[in-house]
Amino acid sequence: MELNTYQQEAFDYQRKNIETYGKRAWGWTVFYVLCILAGLYALYLQIAKGHGVTGMRDNVVWGLFIVNFIFFIGLSYAGAIIAGILHLSKVTWGKPIIRLAQFMTLISVIVGPIFILLCVGRFDRMHHLFIYPRIQSPLTWDVMAVVTFFAGSVLFLYLALIKDFSVYRDAKLNIPKWKQKLYKILALGYRGAASQKRHLLISQNLMAIIMIPLSIVVASILSWIFGMTLRPGWHSTIFGPYFVLGAVYSGCGLLIVAMWFYRKMYKLDYYFTDRHFKYLGYIMLVLAAGYGYFTFSEYFTDWFGSEKWDSELIHKLFSPAEYGWWTFFANFAGIILPIAIVAIPATRKPGPITLVAFIMVIAMWVKRYLIIVPTLETTLLPMQDTRAEYVKYAATWPEWALTIAGIATFLLFFTVMSKFVTVVPVSGLEDTHTQHEQHQLQHEHH
Amino acid sequence: MKQEEINDKGRRDFIKTAAIATVAATACGSLACSCSSKKATTGDKVKLLSPNGEIVEIDSAYLKHEEHMAIVSKLEAREGIAGKKFVMVVDLASCKNARSCVSACQKWHYRPKETEWLTVKLLQDSEKAAPYWFPKQCFHCDNPPCVKVCPVDATFKRQDGLVLIDNERCIGCKFCMAACPYSTRVFNWDEPDQPFDIRSLTSNPETGIPAKVGTVEKCDFCPDRAREGLLPPCVEACPNGVFYFGDENEDTVSNGLETVSFSQLIKDRAAYRYQEELGTKPRVYYLPPKDRAFPVEKGYQDADSAIKERFKDYKDLLEAKE
Repeated sequence: MELNTYQQEAFDYQRKNIETYGKRAWGWTVFYVLCILAGLYALYLQIAKGHGVTGMRDNVVWGLFIVNFIFFIGLSYAGAIIAGILHLSKVTWGKPIIRLAQFMTLISVIVGPIFILLCVGRFDRMHHLFIYPRIQSPLTWDVMAVVTFFAGSVLFLYLALIKDFSVYRDAKLNIPKWKQKLYKILALGYRGAASQKRHLLISQNLMAIIMIPLSIVVASILSWIFGMTLRPGWHSTIFGPYFVLGAVYSGCGLLIVAMWFYRKMYKLDYYFTDRHFKYLGYIMLVLAAGYGYFTFSEYFTDWFGSEKWDSELIHKLFSPAEYGWWTFFANFAGIILPIAIVAIPATRKPGPITLVAFIMVIAMWVKRYLIIVPTLETTLLPMQDTRAEYVKYAATWPEWALTIAGIATFLLFFTVMSKFVTVVPVSGLEDTHTQHEQHQLQHEHH
Repeated sequence: MKQEEINDKGRRDFIKTAAIATVAATACGSLACSCSSKKATTGDKVKLLSPNGEIVEIDSAYLKHEEHMAIVSKLEAREGIAGKKFVMVVDLASCKNARSCVSACQKWHYRPKETEWLTVKLLQDSEKAAPYWFPKQCFHCDNPPCVKVCPVDATFKRQDGLVLIDNERCIGCKFCMAACPYSTRVFNWDEPDQPFDIRSLTSNPETGIPAKVGTVEKCDFCPDRAREGLLPPCVEACPNGVFYFGDENEDTVSNGLETVSFSQLIKDRAAYRYQEELGTKPRVYYLPPKDRAFPVEKGYQDADSAIKERFKDYKDLLEAKE
C-alpha cells in the first residue's frame, strides 16, 4: 500500500522496533514472566488450600481481586472512549496516540476479567454462567457486557491495524518467516484499493460509534453490581456516571504514562510531542474536576443526611485511625494534585504531568479499594465477631502476588504488542506539526 | 370448581404420600435384606412393610438410621412444598442467649463451631434503650436481595416461601453475600471438615449437606424436617420456647411447647420485622422484648468466655448490674 513521505518516514523510523526484540525488551519480559510465575504459585496455593489463603472472609467477601477488576476494566473502557472519540473527530493531533489507547483497551479487558476468575470460589463452574444464566442478575449483565466489549475491542483494534499490517507485509522487513507470514494473513489482502479503503473506513467508523456508547453502558453495568445492593456507600443513584467518569479519568492518566514511556524508550518525541501531553493534561484536568465534583456530592450527601450506616461509613473513611489517610491520599493525589499541576503554566510540562498522572492512577486504585472494602466492613447488624480477620480485611501475600502478576501480565502484553506492531500507527498519520515545530523536532530527530 | 380443585389436590397429595411411603418401604426393605451380617440384637422388634407387601418384623439393631435422607428430587427441592408458606416468629422477651439453638443447628447440619447459620446478637436500638438478645437466622425474605443478584439461579425462592441454595450450582461469586443486608450467608473458604459418611451423601438444597468448598450456604429452615412434620432443631432445642415455626396458610405456629394462631400471636404481641424499611419483606417476625423472662445480663454472665468476648463493647452495660 502507498504511503506518503510523512508516513513512510514514520515507518522507517519505527521499523527496527518491530524487527528486533532487543535486549531491554527481553530483560523486562523475563522479569514479567517471573512475576507471573510467582502469581501462579499463589494461585496454586489458593486452589489447593481454598480461598482461606486470601484475606477475604464472610463480611468482606470481595477484596483486592475485585478492586483490580474494576481498575483494569475501567482502563479498558477509558481506552475505547478515548480512541473512539479521537478516531471520529477531525483533530489530527490525536491520530498518533489512538493505537496506545486501543492497546490499553484490549490488554485491560483481558487482564481485568482474570481477577473475577480468581475471586470466585469455584472457577471450575464458570460455565454455569452460560448454561444457567439468570438475566435478572447484574452480574449476568456484566458477563454479557464484558464479553461484548472484548469482542468489540478486538475488532476495533484489528480494523485499525489492517492497513499497517499491509505496510509491514510489503516492507521486506528483516524478520523471521513466520512473522512475515502472520503479517500477510493479518493484512487480509489489503492493497489500498479505493473500495477497500472505503469499506475499511466505514467499518472503523462504525466500530468507533459502537464502542463509545458501549463503554458507557458497560462501565455503568459494572457500577450496578454495587449500586443495586442495599449497602451504605454503594446504593447510590450516581454510581453509574461516577464509574464512567472514574474509568475515563484513570484511563486518561495511564495513557499519559504510557505515552511518556514509549516516547522515552523508542525516542518518539516527534510523534508524542509536548503538545500531546498538554492536551491530554487538559482533558485530565477537566475529568479530575468532574470526578472531584462527583466524589464531593457522594460524601457530602451521605454526611449531611447522616443516616446511621452512611454516617458510620463516612466516619470510617475520614477518621485517621481507619481509612482517613487513604481517603486523603485518594482525593488529594487523585483530584487536587493533577488539577494544580496542569493549571500552573510552569508545571504544564511532560515530566510533571506524567508524574501526577502516574500518582493519580495509583490514587484511583486506592479509591476503588475505598469504594469496596470499607462498605463491606460496615454491616447493618453489628458484627460481634471475635475473629479479627472477619471484622477487618487485610490482603494476604497470595492476593498481592496475584495483583503483581496481573500488572506484570498487563505490561508484558504492552511489551509484546509494541514489538509486533508500531506504537505510532503508520497509515492514516498526518503531519500536524507547525513549520517551527518541524524544524525543531527534526533537529532532535536526526 | 373450587371444591373439585381441592378434591383433586387431595388426591394428588394422597398419591404423593403413597409414593413416598412406597419408596421408604423399599429403602427399608433393602436395608433389612442387606443386613445379613451378625450384629448384637437389641430385642426390640420393628414392623416394616416389605416391597412385596408383607409385614416383616426385624430387630431394631439392623436398622440404619439415615437422618438426612434427601427424599425429594432436586427439581422438587426447587419447587417447594405445595400449599405451604413457612413462617417463623421469634420471641425476644424469652431469649437469654442460651445458644442451644446455635449448637442444635450446627449439630444437625454437621457444621463446625465457627459456622453459625443461626447466631445470637446483642442489640441496643438507641443509647438509652435496653439491650436485648436477638437470635438471627435467614429471614427467607419474600423480596430477597440475594436471589435477585444470583447469576446462575443457584439460590432461589420457592413457592413455600423458603430461600434455598443449590451448592452444586453455586459458582462462589459471593454476590448474594454482598447483597444480603443481614449478613446471613456464610462461605466455605476452605474444604469443610465433615464426617466421611456425610461428605459422600448426594447434595440437596433441602438438606444443606454436604457442604462444598467455595460455595455459599445459610440457614434453610430445615425443609427436610418440615416434610416429615418435624420442627427445625433450633426450635426444638430452645429451652425457653423462643422460636415459633409454622405455616402461614394454616395460620399456626409452634415452639414445641405450645401451638398457637400465627395471626393472633403477631397481633397480640405487636410483632415487627427487622429492617422493614429495606423492603425485603422477611418471613421472620420478632416479638418485642417487653416483660422479659430473664434479665439481659443473664445471657452474658452464663456465657462462656469466648462468647463473652463478642460483647466486650457492651461489657460495662452488662456487668454493672451484676
